Amino acid sequence: MLGSILIRNSFSKKLQTMKFNPYSVSTLATIATLSCSAIASDNLDINISYLQLTVDQGAVLSNIMPKPEDSGEQGAALAIKDSNTTGRFLKQKYNLTSSVTDQSDELLQAAKQQYADGIRFFVVNAPSSELKALSSELGSEALIFNAGSADDTLRSTQCLSNVLHTLPSRAMLTDALAQWLKAKRLNKVLMINGTTPDDAAYSSAFKRAAKRFGIKIVGEKQWTFDTDLRRMAQKEMPIFTQGKEYDVVFVADERGDFGEYVLYNTWLPRPVVGTQGLTPVAWHRVLEQWGAAQLQTRFTKLSDRWMNSEDYAAWAAVRSVAEAVTRKKTTDVKTVNEYIRSEAFELAAFKGRKLSFRSWNGQLRQPIPLIHPRSVVSLSPQEGFLHRVNELDTLGFDQPETRCSK
Amino acid sequence: MTLKHLLKPLAAALLLSTTAVHAEQAYVSNEKDDTISIIDLDTLEVTDTLNVGKRPRGILFSKDYTKLYICASDSDTVQIMDVATKEIIGELPSGEDPEQFALHPNDRHLYISNEDDALVTIVDTESSLVLAQIDVGVEPEGMAVSHNGKIAVNTSETTNMVHWIDTSTYELVDNTLVDQRPRHVEFNKDDTVLWASSEIGGTVSVIDVASRQITKNISFKIKGVHPDKILPVGVELSDDGKYAYVALGPANHIAVVNTKTLEVEDYILVGRRVWHMAFNEDQSLLLATNGISGDVSVVDLSKRKAIKSIKVGRYPWGVAVKP
Repeated sequence: MLGSILIRNSFSKKLQTMKFNPYSVSTLATIATLSCSAIASDNLDINISYLQLTVDQGAVLSNIMPKPEDSGEQGAALAIKDSNTTGRFLKQKYNLTSSVTDQSDELLQAAKQQYADGIRFFVVNAPSSELKALSSELGSEALIFNAGSADDTLRSTQCLSNVLHTLPSRAMLTDALAQWLKAKRLNKVLMINGTTPDDAAYSSAFKRAAKRFGIKIVGEKQWTFDTDLRRMAQKEMPIFTQGKEYDVVFVADERGDFGEYVLYNTWLPRPVVGTQGLTPVAWHRVLEQWGAAQLQTRFTKLSDRWMNSEDYAAWAAVRSVAEAVTRKKTTDVKTVNEYIRSEAFELAAFKGRKLSFRSWNGQLRQPIPLIHPRSVVSLSPQEGFLHRVNELDTLGFDQPETRCSK
Repeated sequence: MTLKHLLKPLAAALLLSTTAVHAEQAYVSNEKDDTISIIDLDTLEVTDTLNVGKRPRGILFSKDYTKLYICASDSDTVQIMDVATKEIIGELPSGEDPEQFALHPNDRHLYISNEDDALVTIVDTESSLVLAQIDVGVEPEGMAVSHNGKIAVNTSETTNMVHWIDTSTYELVDNTLVDQRPRHVEFNKDDTVLWASSEIGGTVSVIDVASRQITKNISFKIKGVHPDKILPVGVELSDDGKYAYVALGPANHIAVVNTKTLEVEDYILVGRRVWHMAFNEDQSLLLATNGISGDVSVVDLSKRKAIKSIKVGRYPWGVAVKP
């Protein structure tokens, strides 16, 4: 859908697709204005924008279960629905304007227009470069939720003052994994890294985690081959994974290109963890404890598929806004922002305990499930990993490790 | 001697013999086994395990204890069990995914939370007719009807509210915002105070029924347990009006709250992930379901100590006692 932008607006209940070019901004404006004026004046109206940049992941060997194209968007839609059920009793109406595109400039345009139309809450599912651009464009009067980028730099060195993160960072994911490895005494790791910058980021996050929790990396290899592993894995992978004795194989392959073929094909019969095998996630279909079964049912009813980490992050973002609006009884972005970042804020989000945001980098602190495709294996933080304030802060960048000024 | 006089001792003897044979029993729903365990409260042993509908959660008896109502959540029905024969004799149109319910003092009207549908369904147990369905918040859970029968309350877990329903009009009249994920509600004896637990909020709200305002949010502290892991669910109030017992989920304790001072007096260690509770008839014992350890803790309330844990099925959820 090159050059086109999809605008879905929950309050007009219409699905509109239109060609997007700089000259058609006025059309966009009309739609937005129309829907705003449809709002009854005595009620509290909360308009939230969902912005998604669809990134082409390139061809992958393992394409049996592709990521749904509306990942994230459906999570936001469900949260709007959930919030409106609550809102009904409080005279609150939540509206979602959803913009999905594969062009960065279109995304920025849409955001600018929505800001001009009065929207102040944005849920962004996009890579960190687009997130940064949006953050600087929208400025301090906007509140942006990052529901798409796991980039560690956004939580450690390049914090954006108008951005909160509901998606866990790579550091949180790999810390969760490293804690589990430590708890299982799987101390010696062979790393296999993919070639994309995302894979490099995932593997360096794991190295940081390994150092933090005393896991030894006995070997590190990069998968650069273009063999068709669907046929050759049994031949190629054992040879590739020969080397020093290891307890476990770590894979950094975020796209899911070769990683699926490492399992059961390693030289030593060892478990596989990381982006494949035992995987740390924000959310997955297999979660059913802590009332999650109900959330999964609602989600599947709405979207006819399973809920994933991006859906969860977008859901948590919209629910955070709704929770703050409900408690503070205002849509004022400053009040909402302050409340969400305060210690009083708590979000019930089906992970067995209340969630809140880290004051130092705006990250939603949350337990990280470790799953395989059909079951939950564990939940980090692992028992015994203590923290002076909140053990959830053993995952990801803790206050002293963050070099952002607030 | 008249016939009446002759019959009296006979009746007394009959009565005696029945009480001797039928000790008090606790019925426990096992969510992940689709069964109900029956515990003899004299011997504290499981005497029977009954197959019921899918994912049984809330259970309660009719006033005369001849019928047991069972929320069979995944069968989307409320089953009726004949307590004498232990047979399922009927089903009620409960709406989808019934989780918890409460019986109106008229012994006829069941107020049922439909967790997946954001509804409260009111069913007449005699005619099996649905009297009303009331829109409430997301994931309705806790359900209670006041002793005078005038008000029904429901909690919605994701909306974080206590919904007040007028039982004469079946209309929602008010909402009280409470802490995160409200799970269970109980009226005190004279219907002046409502107790509502908030699982993720970690608190129990004491609510004045007349004004529907929160009087106090009680929070809990257990040494060695992180406050985020104290997740209150079940609440039971003693008939003497002195104590509220609060099951604290994965904190594995039951809190004893003084209902006058609203302060926590004690914490009783029980099994893992304690959720719902029931008194025996003279309220000397409190039975509590422990989901993860798959057992029921029997708490001696005079000693404030668990005296036995009884293995039941997988994921015990609800418990109801038959004298």
